[in-house]
Amino acid sequence: MSEFDQRDGVNRRKVLECMTWCGTGVLWTIAGGVPHSLGIMGEAQAADSRGLTFLQISDSHVGFDKPANPNALGTLEEAISKVNALSQKPAFMIHTGDISHLSKDKEFDDADHIISQSRLDVHYVPGEHDLIDPDQGKVYRERYGKAAKGAGWYSFDANGVHFIGLVNVVDLKAGGLGNLGNEQLEWLEKDVKGRSASTPIVLFAHIPLWTVYQDWGWGTQDGAQALSYLKRFGSVTVLNGHIHQVMQKVEGNVTFHTARSTAFPQPAPGTAPSPGPMKVPDDQLRKMLGIANVTFKQNDQRLAIIDSPLQG
Amino acid sequence: MLRPIIASTVLGAVVGSVLAAGMLFARAEGAPNAVTIDNFFFTPGTVTVKAGTAVTWTNRDDIPHGIGSANNAFPKSKALDTDDSYSFTFTTPGTYQYFCYLHPKMVGSIVVEQ
Repeated sequence: MSEFDQRDGVNRRKVLECMTWCGTGVLWTIAGGVPHSLGIMGEAQAADSRGLTFLQISDSHVGFDKPANPNALGTLEEAISKVNALSQKPAFMIHTGDISHLSKDKEFDDADHIISQSRLDVHYVPGEHDLIDPDQGKVYRERYGKAAKGAGWYSFDANGVHFIGLVNVVDLKAGGLGNLGNEQLEWLEKDVKGRSASTPIVLFAHIPLWTVYQDWGWGTQDGAQALSYLKRFGSVTVLNGHIHQVMQKVEGNVTFHTARSTAFPQPAPGTAPSPGPMKVPDDQLRKMLGIANVTFKQNDQRLAIIDSPLQG
Repeated sequence: MLRPIIASTVLGAVVGSVLAAGMLFARAEGAPNAVTIDNFFFTPGTVTVKAGTAVTWTNRDDIPHGIGSANNAFPKSKALDTDDSYSFTFTTPGTYQYFCYLHPKMVGSIVVEQ
């Protein structure tokens, strides 16, 4: 353990330097569960990327038309163009929620029309904006959650990596944070039971599973309970959205990461009166929207996350 | 973050004294039975009304919000987009805690008096 601890300590400092706001195109690599920054995007693309590569997009908010971005569908289309232009085709895509702004059929139709142009399988989890139709999520479940359990949670395997999609935007309690609930927690405990501790785990959900900023509700009240089931696994990566900005945190074997939105940026914690959409100068908007490209390298147990803005 | 709350409390007091002077105040917004949502806050955070009064919430944010009772004591609103309103008439005296069911850190209360 001493070698592990030492490496953890060295790299943790680098991670801390980048914790509050990661700039554009920072590459994170995980070796044996320990992340370290390798450099900017150019170097990242030059790196060997055998193994599994998948994409994360988040917070499309199709239907949003306010000053922070009057054309959220247009920037989603730009994001998908960026996906299509990747030199290495990803195996699939995950969408970490808030596909739509108001859960309207037309919004989901428009989103599906654009996202399907990637010709990738897409694994969705809902954001709170996807469950506000009059039937409280019926539209979402019929479109994206038919094979899922409960409000839309599920797991699948790809290239030896176990992926778990969780729902933490249902049955929220007054004064509380995101919520998984007992039924889902019990399912999760069973889902990972019996799996080898060397299986890399990727957990994805809309609201961050760790507390990014309590005052703005950026966290999940029973997230720690979920993570307690994953303590014995050597490599756990948690991918979230909701906060419309890139954040990283490393805690032992767990790397937490949030992706940019494709629709509008939100302020860094505590820097504005509210977490609402942030209006930035037009020429800055596309630098604050983007996608994330995640690579798992089979031979050396490494998993790299590259955040790419739409522009810059 | 405190400043807008203090400002609207003062405004509320002014409106209250205008009403006490016997003037009719037809507009819901700014009236003592109105709650606005600005910057992810319910303003005012506590509203006191007589039984039989309709309370109206209006969303002024660029993001939808939803009104939900903390203990299901009154029906929840549909999601309120920008400038949408929701009204509910409280007939039974008591204190009603509510929250935004999309952003549950947002909380407020309605005190209904006899």
